Amino acid sequence: MSLTIDRKDELESPGAPPATAAPRPRPVRRRPGPRRPLPATMALYVLIAATFALFAVPLYWLFSSALKPEHEIYTYPLTWVPSSLEWSNFADAWTSAPFGAFLRNSIITTVVGTALEIGVALLSAYAFAFVYFRGKMIVFAVMVGSLMLPGHITLLVNYITISNLGWLNTYQGLILPGIGSAFAMFLIYQQMRQVPEELVDAARMDGTSHMRRMHAVVIPICRPMILTATLIVLITKWNDFVWPLIVTSTSDMRTLPIGLMFLRSQEGYDAWGPVMAGTVIVAAPMLIVFFLAQRRIIGGITAGALKG
Amino acid sequence: MTTLLQPVRRPPRSRTAPPPRRSSPQLRRRRLAEGALFWALILPNLTAIVVFGYYPTLYNFVLSFTDWDFVQPAPVVVGLDNYIELFQSGSMLMDALRNTAIFVLVAVIGTLFGGMAIGALLAQRLRFSGLVRTLAFAPHMLPGAAIGVLWLFMFDPNYGLSRWLFSMFGMESPSWTTTSDFSLWSITIAYAWQRLGFVAIIYYTAILDLPKDIYEAASLDGARGLPLFRYITLPLLSPVTFFLTVTGIIAAAQTFDIIATLTMGGPGTSSTTLPWMIYDQAFVDFNIGTSAATATVMFVLLLIVTGVQTKYASKQVHYS
Repeated sequence: MSLTIDRKDELESPGAPPATAAPRPRPVRRRPGPRRPLPATMALYVLIAATFALFAVPLYWLFSSALKPEHEIYTYPLTWVPSSLEWSNFADAWTSAPFGAFLRNSIITTVVGTALEIGVALLSAYAFAFVYFRGKMIVFAVMVGSLMLPGHITLLVNYITISNLGWLNTYQGLILPGIGSAFAMFLIYQQMRQVPEELVDAARMDGTSHMRRMHAVVIPICRPMILTATLIVLITKWNDFVWPLIVTSTSDMRTLPIGLMFLRSQEGYDAWGPVMAGTVIVAAPMLIVFFLAQRRIIGGITAGALKG
Repeated sequence: MTTLLQPVRRPPRSRTAPPPRRSSPQLRRRRLAEGALFWALILPNLTAIVVFGYYPTLYNFVLSFTDWDFVQPAPVVVGLDNYIELFQSGSMLMDALRNTAIFVLVAVIGTLFGGMAIGALLAQRLRFSGLVRTLAFAPHMLPGAAIGVLWLFMFDPNYGLSRWLFSMFGMESPSWTTTSDFSLWSITIAYAWQRLGFVAIIYYTAILDLPKDIYEAASLDGARGLPLFRYITLPLLSPVTFFLTVTGIIAAAQTFDIIATLTMGGPGTSSTTLPWMIYDQAFVDFNIGTSAATATVMFVLLLIVTGVQTKYASKQVHYS
């Protein structure tokens, strides 16, 4: 259908507008130019402002409350702008819960877990894309099929497995169940299939080994997608909640999101300042990663959603 | 995030040319070496997926026919008892199913409508819309635990934004997270807020990708405004809407961290959804069999959703 319209367009659009068109051909409404009437523009800006507020106000509330002195949190009418910046909320959060340990555990599990997951994803994506094996698409289907397994159905048995291995409350118990990778493997595999065959063939003719080809040809070409996959995996691991919750049992092994939950139940309704400061500590690293690499992250996620 | 992929519909074409047919010992050895290399590269990932993905799913199914509390030396086989108990009227599962259904439906439908509106608005390319886009997507990147705790404070009826918002209409803020009439709505609102920007950006991208020529043809025919949206844009977006519906159901049905930080499934079972019940039964009440059976029920329900997706996804051919 779109093809025929294409043709028609090509026939009609060059030269003057066709005589049969409406007397004053208007620009396409979807990409309005300066022709949009003023009231409509104003209405659109009101809507944009409302959308902005919908997302900005809660985030502003988070950061401003983390810096408010206690008496400005517990007053009504609400204080929107803190009269002074109260950094001691962060110190309070840091001392009332072992946030130093939480932060260390979060960094270790996220960095090591991401490195391992991307590592196994790279190896298996390369195998699927470039190594000859007759039944490999069956193996591929098995691995991608694991995306259909919801996290909550594996929870109980993984806990039993890790417990039998004696890994409860350890880093290997936190990290290893999460390194199997179907999503990142799939993203990287799709990119690897775009690598020009001539390049890989040329490297093969030069007598290089698979390992050398992967390292010198394939990975450099696929670097953008590998980076995108790494960022998405990194964020997922940092935000991970239910597995660290059940597999850790002492506060020195908890990760930040779990620590935050315990801070909330300890301080709860009595000390919103420190609790919001703790929330900032948990959220800020991902906000920074997101703002630094938002094009890549949004691009990767929307491409995954729209092209699949 | 893992719910973003649509199932692979056709097996990807093989890019590795098979070695020549004529088999000499040398070639056979090389083919064997390729096979060995293939398995060596696959094995770390495959092992992790089988050991921590497929095996637990199967063994969970076995556990659902047993009774165990982690303390007894071994699970006791009780047949269908767990399921019979679960499906009695008034059971916790019935509450959890109802709560999950409400939570998922409201969150998915709400974010679809809101996200489409915001996506269409952002696609107008106004000034500041880039900033709004970034800001709207940010909550999707944040830990659910942080979202939950932030909303816990905003829902606070005495010192939270909720009191301010309700007082503008001369009303008093409900105790969102501590009364059973509102607890389910509190987790639904917080979750929808987190997901809304993601849906909006997907719609925004899809709207910018729409084929321009159709709009040119439609505007030549005098179509504009609401009818243009109703008869051209909406049908063209239907594959995206379908995709967002299915993945939205799957994602929402597994929400856990927001519930854990906002309401912990309570008060009572008023905000207990399937994932919370699975956790609660296994790791708070130590009813391993009940938890395993609940997980199996959830798995079957999600499989049905995925099945619907694979069945109908290929029929959505408005543009390709």
